[in-house]
Amino acid sequence: MREGARILGLPLAAWPRILAPLLMATLLLGGWEIAVRHLGLPPYVLPGPVAIGGALAADLPTLASALAVTLRVTALALVAAVTTGVGLSLLFSGSRLMEMTFLPLAVMLQVTPIVAIAPLIIIWVDNVQAALLICAWIVAFFPILSNTTAGLNGTDRNLADLFRLYGASRWQTLWQLRLPWAMPFFLAGLRISGGLSLIGAVVAEFVAGAGGTGSGLAYRILEAGYQLQIPRMFAALALISLAGVVIFLALSLVSHLALRRWHESAVGKEH
Amino acid sequence: MPPTALAASTPETAAPPLVGLRGVSKRYANGTLAVQGLDLEIGAGSFVSLLGPSGCGKSTVLRMIAGLTPPSAGRIDWPRGTPRLGFVFQEPTLMPWQRALDNVALPLKLARMARAERHARARRMLELVGLADFAGSYPRELSGGMRMRVSIARALVTEPELLLLDEPFAALDEITRFRLNNDLLRLWGERRFTAVFVTHSVFESVYLSQRVAVMAAHPGRLHAELPVEAPGARDEAFRTSPDYAALCRTVSTALEGAMAA
Ligand SMILES: Nc1ncnc2c1ncn2[C@@H]1O[C@H](COP(=O)(O)OP(=O)(O)OP(=O)(O)O)[C@@H](O)[C@H]1O
Ligand SMILES: [Mg+2]
Repeated sequence: MREGARILGLPLAAWPRILAPLLMATLLLGGWEIAVRHLGLPPYVLPGPVAIGGALAADLPTLASALAVTLRVTALALVAAVTTGVGLSLLFSGSRLMEMTFLPLAVMLQVTPIVAIAPLIIIWVDNVQAALLICAWIVAFFPILSNTTAGLNGTDRNLADLFRLYGASRWQTLWQLRLPWAMPFFLAGLRISGGLSLIGAVVAEFVAGAGGTGSGLAYRILEAGYQLQIPRMFAALALISLAGVVIFLALSLVSHLALRRWHESAVGKEH
Repeated sequence: MPPTALAASTPETAAPPLVGLRGVSKRYANGTLAVQGLDLEIGAGSFVSLLGPSGCGKSTVLRMIAGLTPPSAGRIDWPRGTPRLGFVFQEPTLMPWQRALDNVALPLKLARMARAERHARARRMLELVGLADFAGSYPRELSGGMRMRVSIARALVTEPELLLLDEPFAALDEITRFRLNNDLLRLWGERRFTAVFVTHSVFESVYLSQRVAVMAAHPGRLHAELPVEAPGARDEAFRTSPDYAALCRTVSTALEGAMAA
């Protein structure tokens, strides 16, 4: 890359990518606040960003601990999704029979809406946290499974022949060819699954409606709704979206760092 | 062409060949008869081209020699024992996640050679193909011709006795192709491996090889074997010489015959 002018250590060309969404957000929030004030909407119908910010600041300790609870379920579900997704796709790519046996089951789990299964899981599993985890995992694991399987089975034929020609063992072929080949596919699945496990966790919390000290953000939304504390409801909602965006950005960064030297998807458009 | 004339013109066939294909046929699972009744001997140290129209089974023959696919009839004999193989595919076929050096070192790594040793050898091979400065580059940072040279370096790193090349330069521009032709001839002169070179270019086959095997299609079979008698150096002067033009004409006529057959 050519060295150009820099502002605050960032190249000039990188700034629009940061400034454009910020400007958009500012305009949107400003317009919202003005509209709420101008139309004289009461906060229990639609609070403005200032009121929401106030609620967020006032209830920060409760909301933050609720966020931590939800994020914990999300993270555990994502770890479980990665482990089982990658494990199953290794099994599937090693044996057609396994794939034929278990793939339909995985597809069924994927296409059945989680809100429909969640009540059953919550009834069957005594431990609420475990039930939430299972729900979030069901939503999150499929993209990893299907993407990684596609990657493991899509190895370049000539490269596979090359490995055969030089007498590579199954193990060498797996570690040095098929897994690296599947890496971009897996990472694409991971980015989708990160967002999905948050959604799964929140949906399950809604269904469970679990209160008490260990409750997550969804419960705080329900609670605020019952009490007609609409600004707090919005504050919790904002935290969930923010968490989703952060998860997506973090996983995108992981993906970028893992692929930056060799994969086209990780190379900037201007190169 | 009568066999006696061939034997006289190509002394390589007098000694036991490196590999002999005897009545080799290949029928794929879908019923396609790709190769039928192929007899071909390749002498140790020789440079043989397989020339033929698209789909006549050239790649299939090469893959059978490499042991990547078994013949469905006939035998492949190795009178001098099975040699070490190198294979250059039509595409560079590099691992995009590895630097050029590690791509070249792959065959040695698969043979579990120690890291320092295999890197030293891979580095020498990169020097040989003129890419010493690009050892740390990833394939996507190299041009098409450079990638092909990495691929050739990888095929040579095991010091193969038999190098199989499947239209390695087909996707390259003419200038790069000429340069890589010269590189290949120089390496062949230095290392004296046996080369089987698949191409559909008459000019390339004549420029490079000592013998051209012309194949006909549907089913793939041997149409003619033509010696390329050009004792002098293969260089740019040869490329523009009347001898070269005459040889190309002969091979071209044989190829036309093969297409009509
Ligand atoms: N794996 C395969 N399964 C079935 N048929 C195949 C397979 N590979 C090649 N064939 C068929 O065998 C015939 C010969 O193919 P091959 O690839 O050997 O030709 P080729 O001479 O190398 O052609 P080209 O110059 O286009 O590379 C073709 O008709 C092709 O369709
Ligand atoms: Mg071919």
